[in-house]
Amino acid sequence: MKAFTQHTGIAAPMDRANVDTDMIIPKQFLKSIKRTGFGKNLFDELRYLDEGQPDQECTGRPLNPEFPLNFARYKGASVLLTRKNFGCGSSREHAPWALEDFGFRSVIAPSFAEIFYNNCFKNGILPITLSEEVVEQLFQEMYAHEGYALAIDLEAQTVTTPGGDVFAFDIDEFRKHCLLNGLDDIGLTLEHADAIKAYETRRRKKAPWLFDAVRG
Amino acid sequence: MGINGLASSNGVSNDNEEQKMSARTLYDKLWDAHLVQQRDDGSALIYIDRHIIHEVTSPQAFEGLRLAGRKPWRVDSILATPDHNVPTSALERASGVQGIQDPVSLIQVQTLDDNCDEFGIVEYKINDHRQGIVHVIGPESGASLPGMTIVCGDSHTATNGALGALAHGIGTSEVEHVMATQCLVAKKMKNMLVKVEGVLGEGVTSKDVILAIIGKIGTAGGTGYAIEFGGQVFRDMSMEGRMTVCNMAIEAGARAGMVAVDQTTIDYVKGRPYAPKGEDWDKAVEAWRDLVSDEGADFDKVIELHADDILPQVSWGTSPEMVVPVHASVPDPDQESDPVKREGMKRALDYMGLKAGQPMTAINLDRVFIGSCTNSRIEDIRAAAAVAKGRKVASSIKQAMVVPGSGQVKAQAEKEGLHLILLEAGFEWREPGCSMCLAMNADKLGAGEHCASTSNRNFEGRQGYGGRTHLVSPAMAAAAAIAGHFVDVRELTATAA
Repeated sequence: MKAFTQHTGIAAPMDRANVDTDMIIPKQFLKSIKRTGFGKNLFDELRYLDEGQPDQECTGRPLNPEFPLNFARYKGASVLLTRKNFGCGSSREHAPWALEDFGFRSVIAPSFAEIFYNNCFKNGILPITLSEEVVEQLFQEMYAHEGYALAIDLEAQTVTTPGGDVFAFDIDEFRKHCLLNGLDDIGLTLEHADAIKAYETRRRKKAPWLFDAVRG
Repeated sequence: MGINGLASSNGVSNDNEEQKMSARTLYDKLWDAHLVQQRDDGSALIYIDRHIIHEVTSPQAFEGLRLAGRKPWRVDSILATPDHNVPTSALERASGVQGIQDPVSLIQVQTLDDNCDEFGIVEYKINDHRQGIVHVIGPESGASLPGMTIVCGDSHTATNGALGALAHGIGTSEVEHVMATQCLVAKKMKNMLVKVEGVLGEGVTSKDVILAIIGKIGTAGGTGYAIEFGGQVFRDMSMEGRMTVCNMAIEAGARAGMVAVDQTTIDYVKGRPYAPKGEDWDKAVEAWRDLVSDEGADFDKVIELHADDILPQVSWGTSPEMVVPVHASVPDPDQESDPVKREGMKRALDYMGLKAGQPMTAINLDRVFIGSCTNSRIEDIRAAAAVAKGRKVASSIKQAMVVPGSGQVKAQAEKEGLHLILLEAGFEWREPGCSMCLAMNADKLGAGEHCASTSNRNFEGRQGYGGRTHLVSPAMAAAAAIAGHFVDVRELTATAA
């Protein structure tokens, strides 16, 4: 997994609450059996004026001129600024895959849906929770200044604005550790294989039916 | 507050404090029983008993295993079935996977077959009589049991919590993690009790209960919590009804929803193909009896509703929290004080093509969908058939489809002759799958079409590009199909067929 330590990038708006995973990446694109290539269909129904199809070349599709990610000023944005409960809905990891493939390294919101939040960490994306007031301030500053870039420091757990305001954020220690070092958590868990086996032995004695095989 | 609504932390003696410490919620018990390792940083390693997989969220996980040269830790803990992409027309289903007309869907279903064959995973393939929606076949086959931890790369996995299990959705990286290690790295959630006392009125169903709960607490109301549904309404509810409720815990923001084990649970599980047998059955039942929250167990949050206040519900907007009783009108954004919420309401009305103040019963419908992991079980089909019996789908309805949740549900419904009632009334009777709930197959709404749907999400574009979804119960959906618009099912059934 890609590590995340520090990142400075242009912020772009997704200025609404409850952005759901169907909006982030509509279902027809989930038919892919790959992990990559979802970026061109990020926010597909908002970004383009036509209905997108899987495996379609997107360069000739009509862009929605009112959708901020299509504005020249947000070109190359890598920090998404949004409102509360971002990523609600399905468990599709295609949502962070699409954000990452588009170029986003961090999403800042007052709150996130849990499964989406968790999925971000598996893909080198840092979801940052800041208060509604702070997020509102960032929105206002971003709208007022073209090229508005935020500096994120995971080690220090801070977001710094171009004006020098520093906002601290919370993050689980384990997730921070994995993201800072780009660690494969399957490998980490397998270091505890003995503990898993010991648990199975204990549990099997008490509840043997839990270990009955699924048969064909 | 404890499960009985007693204050537990203010002015209590040390004795009571000790009692509180030992009194555990159902979620606490399930968590404790699966704890492999608690770490200092607050994370934990949790053992997973059952892993159910489908074609959409598993291919990249298998690819990850292959790339790392890993094998599933306990291959016989996994059950697979294709559900999201499968066609539901009998004709298209007749020639199995190769008959799927959408070439991209075909590849995805074929990939699941290939992966399961390669790794030795049991799969109910497309035309197996046991195939169906993952969250229907888990409980139905007994692969999902009380006391288990159950995961699937699908957010509606919480459905299985109805059995008194800890069940939740996971992402694809975690699908790979569970396959490789039989564990998840997790952090304990907080406990929430949603308590509904009283007796539901005629025509008010489990779907109306969960929609009313989401309307009250909002789509982020349960974020960070495991919800236990308690109170007389859930005690009186069938297992199918409890599954409908737990299914939509995620629409309230909670990854896991659950109902305590009682005789209804045990009667449901008994005799299912993967249920324990003989001596193991007796031992299991004894263990399952303890899968209830202890008297005085502490919940971080308690939400209370009363059955008398719950009426048949219809959603008007593009989030499951945008829901009102059928006799209400479309809400007015200008009455909303929160600016972000107000903008959301305006956008929803615009997308839905509705006006504030318009009666919900005045919304004309184009299609009706009865199905999905929320409402495709035998009880749901029975409820739809009871309304449809002797009536006809309105001529203004382009399509009214009933999609059973599994081959087993379909067979049972046909045994009871329910399909004949539905066909006679003008409904289509389909093959099992997720179908129009998320429109990954050919079943979808056209742009601008309004649909009465028994599914779980009314997000923009969810049921088809530009489609407009209204979430309702199976009885309300059937009634809407007959009337051509929303109608209180109680009024429809009060008139002679």
